[in-house]
Amino acid sequence: MTELCDLTGTELAGKLRAGEVTAVEIVRSSLARVEAVDDRVKAFLTLTPEVALERAEAVDLHAATGAPQSPVAGIPVALKDVLTTKGIRTTCGSRILQAYVPPYDCTAWVRLSGAGSALIGKTNCDEFAMGSSNENSAFGPVHNPWDLDVVPGGSSGGSAAAVAAGEVVWALGTDTGGSVRQPASLCGVVGVKPTYGRVSRYGLIAFASSLDTVSTFTRSVRDAAVLLGELAGNDPRDATSIDAEVPDYAAALAGAEGLAGLRVGVIDGTFGDAVQPGVRDAIRAAVDRLQGLGAEVGEVNLPHADYALSAYYLIAPSEASSNLARYDGVRYGFRAEGEWADSVAMMSATRGQGFGPEVKRRIMLGTYALSAGYYEAYYGQAQKVRTLIIRDYRSAFERFDVLVSPTSPTTAFRIGERADDPMAMYLSDVFTIPANLAGVPAISVPCGLDGAGLPVGLQLTAPVLEEARVLRVAHVLESDLGLRLRPPLLDAA
Amino acid sequence: MPVEIDIEHVAKLARLDLTDDEKVRLREQLGAILEAAAKVGEVAADDVPPTASAIERTNVLRDDVPDASLKQEAALMNAPDRAGDRFRVPRIVETGQ
Repeated sequence: MTELCDLTGTELAGKLRAGEVTAVEIVRSSLARVEAVDDRVKAFLTLTPEVALERAEAVDLHAATGAPQSPVAGIPVALKDVLTTKGIRTTCGSRILQAYVPPYDCTAWVRLSGAGSALIGKTNCDEFAMGSSNENSAFGPVHNPWDLDVVPGGSSGGSAAAVAAGEVVWALGTDTGGSVRQPASLCGVVGVKPTYGRVSRYGLIAFASSLDTVSTFTRSVRDAAVLLGELAGNDPRDATSIDAEVPDYAAALAGAEGLAGLRVGVIDGTFGDAVQPGVRDAIRAAVDRLQGLGAEVGEVNLPHADYALSAYYLIAPSEASSNLARYDGVRYGFRAEGEWADSVAMMSATRGQGFGPEVKRRIMLGTYALSAGYYEAYYGQAQKVRTLIIRDYRSAFERFDVLVSPTSPTTAFRIGERADDPMAMYLSDVFTIPANLAGVPAISVPCGLDGAGLPVGLQLTAPVLEEARVLRVAHVLESDLGLRLRPPLLDAA
Repeated sequence: MPVEIDIEHVAKLARLDLTDDEKVRLREQLGAILEAAAKVGEVAADDVPPTASAIERTNVLRDDVPDASLKQEAALMNAPDRAGDRFRVPRIVETGQ
């Protein structure tokens, strides 16, 4: 049965405005859903029901005065557990931060909280956002609401699953190489990675600083536009945040019915052998619909895309090895037990016990790639490839307004299936990584189900700061397809 | 060919204790990953400038005025060990002989 928590944020805001429901009722609906399904989905690491209810009461009091409300006020939200929340444990899915309570809020949460958002909790993720399946969490895997035996994707798997299962109306994740778009695709929800710097990274616990973005999960494109509008904008606390005006993303959707004249470039490899047949079919049907809506469809080749994965797996671990140097057993809660001869022995033991296998792999990879004698051959060369990828996009966008591809070459795979094969796991991100290297905005929008009933996402990419363009095209496609995606879990007895 | 890595040396640089099993596995996995990643050298010609950040912002400055900062107690609240208002750590410098 459809409950309040199954509605979109836009629908709920409308009901709140009309006085048809209270924020407390909405939050209670969300909490009831968590109670009903999270023992199976395991999307949350920390629940904050008292924070959410207190906020909802405040929103209802404010509404009673007749004052205008933010479109996010009273709407249940979840935050990936790499976003700091003052006084609320923030673990990054890691043993090394298992007891860490941040003394400050990330800017993304400052903005949503200031607008009245109701925090339901902090969601599970791959440790330090490193992974594509959520199996790298020190606190166990998340289960995909579409099939509890398959992964939700990663690294923001908990946020994606929570939104898909109606545990929250929307959620934040972080996308460094596809960590929001890929799980959005695998869980049948909308994922938006904005332009690098569009949303402040302050309080996003750093993985790869030149690639990290705060990104959104929603159940409609309109909700994504609303949420991004609240988050975007310059922040003096993040020197890489862009100082550009924030358009009214939701307004940009108005009157968007057809796509006449829109030039759509289908990225080379979209229908290649590496893409599952079920994914190819759904993407082909979506591209046909874009054409049916008036778009001019052509093919586009990003000549250096084949090198993007290699460049990414040098740049991201290099930056990670530097960022994660701060976990030294001194300031963030966890320290290995024992009597230590000196600080280095204590730090090395703490890090050896505190980090999981994937994080160790990337710290080692990055340390090696940055070390004397190898820096030029690996990190230096990878930075040049980043230049080539940026040029590829620039020339593609001379011919096309948006680029499309699958978000992920496969639908959700079984838990455990790729766990022992890092190279196979890294291939999950082959379509998403180039956008992070180039800093451009991209969206994953659901476009169908495969033969096994698992969701497929279409990725749309636009030039820097053209979030409104991918949102508009995705909105038109979403309206045209008219999918009503609802995981079977919610209707099971 | 897989890249040969001195795992002990890299682990020391990374301040990371590894078990013997981890060393064996990482030597093999990193060798294979680096072999694939070395592909970047095929296209990164001398005349291609490196890019450190896709959206470059330079000289981002603020006015040099004092502002509220984290209180000492807040900074220390996650310390696994402290001595008064300081973080306590095992000794760093050699003392005596």
